[in-house]
Formats: sequence, structure tokens, C-alpha cells
Amino acid sequence: MEAINFISNLAMPIVIIVIIIYGLIEKNKVFDIFLEGAKEGIEIVLNIFPTLVGLFVAIGALRSSGILDMITYVIQPVLTMIEFPSEIMPLTLIRPISGSASIAVATDIMKNYGVDTFIGLVASIIMGSTETTLYTIAVYTSSVGVKKTRFVLLASLIGDFIGIIASVIIVKFFFY
Amino acid sequence: MLNSIWPFFIIISFFYAIISGNLDNLNKSILESAQDAVNLCISLLGSMCLWNGIMQIANKSSAIEKLTDFLKPFINKLFPEMKENNQIKKEISMNIIANVLGLGNAATPLGIKAMKSMQRENKDKNTLSNSMLIFIVLNTASLQLIPTTIIAIRNSLGSENSTKIVFPVWIVTALAAFAAVFTAKLLIKREEKNKKWKQ
Repeated sequence: MEAINFISNLAMPIVIIVIIIYGLIEKNKVFDIFLEGAKEGIEIVLNIFPTLVGLFVAIGALRSSGILDMITYVIQPVLTMIEFPSEIMPLTLIRPISGSASIAVATDIMKNYGVDTFIGLVASIIMGSTETTLYTIAVYTSSVGVKKTRFVLLASLIGDFIGIIASVIIVKFFFY
Repeated sequence: MLNSIWPFFIIISFFYAIISGNLDNLNKSILESAQDAVNLCISLLGSMCLWNGIMQIANKSSAIEKLTDFLKPFINKLFPEMKENNQIKKEISMNIIANVLGLGNAATPLGIKAMKSMQRENKDKNTLSNSMLIFIVLNTASLQLIPTTIIAIRNSLGSENSTKIVFPVWIVTALAAFAAVFTAKLLIKREEKNKKWKQ
């Protein structure tokens, strides 16, 4: 487990250092370029801020009204049979549909069940390893005006499904 | 999509809160949630600026182009129809590298460029070609090396070690991407077999 945490902690600094050194080798003004990009970062966050406020309120309402607990309670028997934590279910449903909504749901889950708990780790890994599948497919198919998408959705959703199952297994395997 | 989901969530929450007697909780959470969004965005602001800045350096250098060499064997295997077409293979590789580095802003335009080039080679303009299909499937697998957003969220919620998920994320991503591509390849093969039968 030590080794896995070590690799995980190494990844971010290495990427940063390699890119900076690469920039220096090519004689770029790295700090000026950094500032340029960082400014864009502000814009990105400002742009998603209103979306997040709206979605946080909606997801918070679902949580506080007790409806999420009720749904979790209802589906629990089925999910415990396959040893899947029912608390994760809302995230798996929203993840392929909306990026910002899944940020709101994941944050809600981690806030309620803890960031470094079993459930918090599964939610984190699902978020890190899956993509907003429906949106991605829509962007790329519409960019060329293709109508018949064959089985692109099926294949992508099977990938997401395997990712979700694997997230649960890997947390059990690595951290518990 | 959100235009229907969002009001739906709020309306059912309101009615359920009345039935279950959770109205005071609901009130508290409405104000709290808006504040939570602010807290998260402040945390995201730091990490987004940092990563966007770092990735801008990668963007301005020839890193993306250089790294495409590593992908050659994979690309030839995944896109057999494009074997002779170096330009398209390069566009596909650049999109994948941009995804891996987490250059969201660069990845999408590069991807659309690759899609347009593949559409030019496509015989049936209304249907996705095999290459386009595999390409989209790869893009729906989150190939990002450092999952920056979720790390920032974990950080804002006070995680002891917000980056410890990185290695597990790689493994899960690889498994999910493999499953998706494998399914797509399998279905392509089956379809071709069926076509031969019909002839």
C-alpha cells in the first residue's frame, strides 16, 4: 500500500516538473506563459460557478428532504446482493449525463460520508476515471452531422459500468 | 437536460420534505448549499489556475506533438483503416495526448478536427465509420493523467491525502477504456460478419 500511495503522490509533482523543464529546454518564458494560462483558469471557474450554485442547491434539497435516503433504502437490498454501496448510486446515475451535476453529487456524498472513507474513495475514483459520456458523444457526433451513431453509446456505457464496478473493487483491494 | 432535471429535483424535494417532516432541514440546506458552492469554487479556483497555467506551458511547447510518437503502435492497432493516413493519425494522437495531459480546452477542438478529417474518408456520411466510433469511445474514457478536479474537491473537503486516489484511478481508467474499446471492436466484427452473410 505504501508503494501505491507513493506513486500516487509522485504523479502530480512529476508532471509539473517535466512540463516546466520541457518549457525551459525550448527556451520559453515559462512564467509569463504560466500566468497566461492561470488567468484562463479563473474564467473557467467563474463560468461554472453559477451552474454549481444551482446544482448544489438542488442536490442539497434532495439530500435534506430525505428523498435520497429513501431511494437508497429502497434499492439497498438489490445492491447489497452484489456488494455495491447504495450510497454511490446517485453518482453513477448522473455521471454520464452532466459533468457539473456529478461534481455536485460527488461533493454531497463525500461531505456526508467522509472524504477518506470507503464511500468517499469510491466516489473519488469514479469521478476521476469516468467522463460525461453523453455530452462527449453529442459534441463529436454533432460536429460532423452524423445521425446514425451505431453502438457508440452502448460501448461507452459498458466502459463506464466496468469503471464503476472496478472502482468499488479497487478501493476494497487497495485501501481496506 | 438540466432544464428538466433541475426543477424536477427541487420540486420533488419540496413535496417530500413536507410529507416526511424535513422542512426545517430543507431550509437549512438551501442556504448552506449555496455557501458550499462558493467554498468549492474558491478551492477549484486555486487548482484550476495552477493546472491551466502549467498546461499552457505544455501547450506552447512542442510537447503534444513530440509525445504523439509514443502512441503510434496503439493508434495503428486501434485505427486499422487509417494505417496509410498519417495526417489523421497525427490529429487523433494529438487529441489523445491533450486528454491525457488534461488540456480540456485544447482536446475538444483537436478532436473535432480529427472527426472532420475522418468524416472526409467516411463512405457513408450519415453513419459513424469504425474509426470515428473508436475515437469517440476513447474520448468518453477519461484518459486524464492527473484527475485535477476531484483532487481539488477532496482537498476542499479536508482530505488527509487528496492525491492518494491517483494510482487507483489509472487502473480503473485503463480497465474501463479497455472494456469500452473491446466492446466496440467486438460489435464491429459481428456487424461485418453479418454483412458477409447477407451477401
